[in-house]
Amino acid sequence: MTNHNWQFQTEQSLVENHGLKLDEFEKIVEGLGREPNLTELGIFSAMWNEHCSYKSSKFWLKKLPTSGERVVQGPGENAGVIDIDDGDVAVFKMESHNHPSFLEPYQGAATGVGGILRDVFTMGARPVANLNALRFGEPNHPKTKHLLSGVVSGIGGYGNCIGVPTVGGEVNFHASYNGNILVNAMTVGIAKKDKIFYSAAAGIGNPIVYVGSKTGRDGIHGATMASAEFDEDSEDKKPTVQVGDPFTEKLLLEACLELMKEEAIIAIQDMGAAGLTSSSIEMASKGEVGLEINLSKVPMRAQNMSAYELMLSESQERMLMVLDPSKEEMARDIFKKWDLEFEVIGKVTDTKRLILMMNGKEEASIPINILVEDAPEYQRDYIVEEPSPIKEYKSEDFDQNNILKDLNTMIMHPDLSSRKWIWEQYDHMVMADTVVRPGSDAAVVRVHGTNKGLAMSTDCSPVYCKHNPYEGGKHAVVETWRNIIASGAHPIAITDCMNFGNPEKPEIMGQFVECIRGMGDACSKLNYPVVSGNVSLYNETNGEGIYPTPAIGGVGLIKDLSNVKTLSLKEDGNFLCVVGKTANHLGISKYISIIQSKEEGGTPKINLDTELRNGNFVIDAINQKLIASAHDVGEGGILLAIAEMCMSGNLGITIEIETNFPHGYFFSEDQSRYLLEVSPNNYNECQKLANNYDVHFEKIGIVGGDKISIKNIGDQYISALKLSFETGIKEISQ
Amino acid sequence: MKSHVIVFPGSNCDRDVAVAIKNISGHQPQMVWHKETSINQSDLVVVPGGFSYGDYLRCGAMASTSPIMQDVAKKAKEGVPVLGICNGFQILIESGLLDGALMRNSSLSFICRDILIKAINQNSVFTKNTNVAKMPIAHNEGNFFVTSEQLKKIQDNDQIAFQYCDENGNVSEDSNPNGSLENIAGILNENKNVLGMMPHPERAAEMAHGCEDGKTIFESVLN
Repeated sequence: MTNHNWQFQTEQSLVENHGLKLDEFEKIVEGLGREPNLTELGIFSAMWNEHCSYKSSKFWLKKLPTSGERVVQGPGENAGVIDIDDGDVAVFKMESHNHPSFLEPYQGAATGVGGILRDVFTMGARPVANLNALRFGEPNHPKTKHLLSGVVSGIGGYGNCIGVPTVGGEVNFHASYNGNILVNAMTVGIAKKDKIFYSAAAGIGNPIVYVGSKTGRDGIHGATMASAEFDEDSEDKKPTVQVGDPFTEKLLLEACLELMKEEAIIAIQDMGAAGLTSSSIEMASKGEVGLEINLSKVPMRAQNMSAYELMLSESQERMLMVLDPSKEEMARDIFKKWDLEFEVIGKVTDTKRLILMMNGKEEASIPINILVEDAPEYQRDYIVEEPSPIKEYKSEDFDQNNILKDLNTMIMHPDLSSRKWIWEQYDHMVMADTVVRPGSDAAVVRVHGTNKGLAMSTDCSPVYCKHNPYEGGKHAVVETWRNIIASGAHPIAITDCMNFGNPEKPEIMGQFVECIRGMGDACSKLNYPVVSGNVSLYNETNGEGIYPTPAIGGVGLIKDLSNVKTLSLKEDGNFLCVVGKTANHLGISKYISIIQSKEEGGTPKINLDTELRNGNFVIDAINQKLIASAHDVGEGGILLAIAEMCMSGNLGITIEIETNFPHGYFFSEDQSRYLLEVSPNNYNECQKLANNYDVHFEKIGIVGGDKISIKNIGDQYISALKLSFETGIKEISQ
Repeated sequence: MKSHVIVFPGSNCDRDVAVAIKNISGHQPQMVWHKETSINQSDLVVVPGGFSYGDYLRCGAMASTSPIMQDVAKKAKEGVPVLGICNGFQILIESGLLDGALMRNSSLSFICRDILIKAINQNSVFTKNTNVAKMPIAHNEGNFFVTSEQLKKIQDNDQIAFQYCDENGNVSEDSNPNGSLENIAGILNENKNVLGMMPHPERAAEMAHGCEDGKTIFESVLN
């Protein structure tokens, strides 16, 4: 790789080891008018890596709809903010911690949770819910057990201790994650609309204050590691993984929220990826000011730390603030009460430069704009590959006598089985506001002290995205929308976590571009904008990329908690009805993958007009109190959704619907469908409402008994299904 | 009616229990920071759940040495009802106000779910209205243990407050979530004015929680 035209004093290998390309280094030299010193090189490396600079994705992310009547703050701040009435706002974001979690699952996942919690309380919100989106390799892959157990206990270890309930999430298993798991963590917080805190530094001469834990040598170059592919030697990168301390974070949370009640904070930014570097530069850039920092003042955990190490450490549980100087002593007392570090480490200047001093010597002097505005931005080449062809399946190819046996096999598979083994390790009830616990379509958390709630759901189908990135991108957005609607809430906005392979490969970039296009179309049609997000690229091991995984976290508002719906069947004699048409699309369904062990047949398409109509009908019917329970039809199809409703409610059903293609009817994954339990008294009213919305609405069975009975096919006890349902994930862990 | 909730660094059920007490009794409890040295006249002192000091060293060990705990011990001796929930139970044991030890769950993992408990002593100030009740547990270290001599003592003296049970009130191995000796979910001190319990009654205290069985414990002690 030696470049014979290298004309700089700085060693070429040093530049490469910092993840910088030759032309990027040339750009640094041009901007500075000289070659950078080692500290400066480290700072550029941290700011210009993919994780911090979004250099490959920025151009495309700008295409997503980000505004709406309830959007208070869109992408660009620590988290997105939406209006939830009465002067309250919800603050939320999802973020990846993929590479660290693969190297060290417990700490990787734990610090992922810690980081996203800080993003939310930095803005003045008290975190009220954690969610996650997890992908592991095949269930029988030798690493899966260790990674699953480690990640789950890491998420629980952090969330349980800090006292924020982990209320929902999703997990699936696929060979494409064998060498690169995905751990995406989401936090939702609640604040007052007039008490939101931002990161723009202001007020020349104001003190820059460091609070939280001391800085150690952990996590140096974490963000650079996160922006590189994995190979056999990646285990050596374990020291770049940070170590979390949820107890200190709890103290930091309480101290920050206490200080935020006073008019003292001018700007605040958490130290996440690239630690002191990105937080200080972010604050200066947003505020269009300069900062002068005396690194000798930074509280240190180790002796003789260099400027380079201090700037690049990713030690956890730290914050940077600009304070009103008259409030400095009061602020110091609050942090002292909570036994946390509080140190004035510098001041806001008008130089528009980041100047670092240490022991009286200048260690760095960089114009902020070269670091931020002039950061490289790429419009990478991309190729959009043809989506996998749609396959027509015929009734004759299936034996209808196997339907219930197939159902049983499917619900034992880790992709569809009960997630109880996971969420029982998370405290999902602390704060005593969890109204709908994990296991339903969306989790619902009450806004403390009110009768309104937030419904939240995370979702994505990587297999759908792989075989048709455009439809897969639409699906990920729409699936959260449906889950939120089925819980009785109005969907408001989403956060996204874009996990992809190496963007320098045109076909990977093509997946990214198409997923964004699909997401954008769905968001626009459903008036469901993106308010925050994160991009994780280079998810590859030995040149093999993961499936495209744009994980979506959706948030909705329930104005009256008496309208909350769960998926549990409620009462004997009620009718079970399906909303939306079934067209026997079995392509790449869970049926085909689990029963036939194939991945073929094409991603189902979503008609967004139908989606919107069906969803609006369901929410209207719920608000009119016509519905007893509701569930969206997702992976596994109608029969799987019915089984979930039966198992959750401990009630059976007699399915009366006549169909000439039972496998197609029961297992197809046609989109925009819901199941609704309706009492006989409300049935006509509901049918009328469906007609008004021009929505397909059909009664398919009657609730009751202790079995799923399908006319002309057979029956199966709910108790037996429940035993199968509990096995899948639990077995991996044993 | 005056009640107090102690707040340690790392407590995280302090607000939840205060809300439950307020809803049930109509009186707002006073929150007491652990560095304080005394509590005013009180009708109930709650040591809440959470992860005091991050569970470092040993659950409850560091909190048991907080300045306020001396006065909590004094109040307990004077007969003031003291309720320790979850981490609060661990703290009361570490403080020597209750017998036994709480070890790692037998499954070696954190468990958060609804369980059923049965009041064994139904005469104490806390348990007089409770029979079989449903409420959540959420802990890593709830596996109760005492020596056989201590067990005999707490049995003879009617100090077992709650045992994990099934829907019919049967105390069986299947209904034991964490490996606790004799399915013990909560115990009383000799004078029956100090109760430590692993389940969270404050999380089953209103219909929004899906169950109100936990209310009876607060009603019992607050009325």
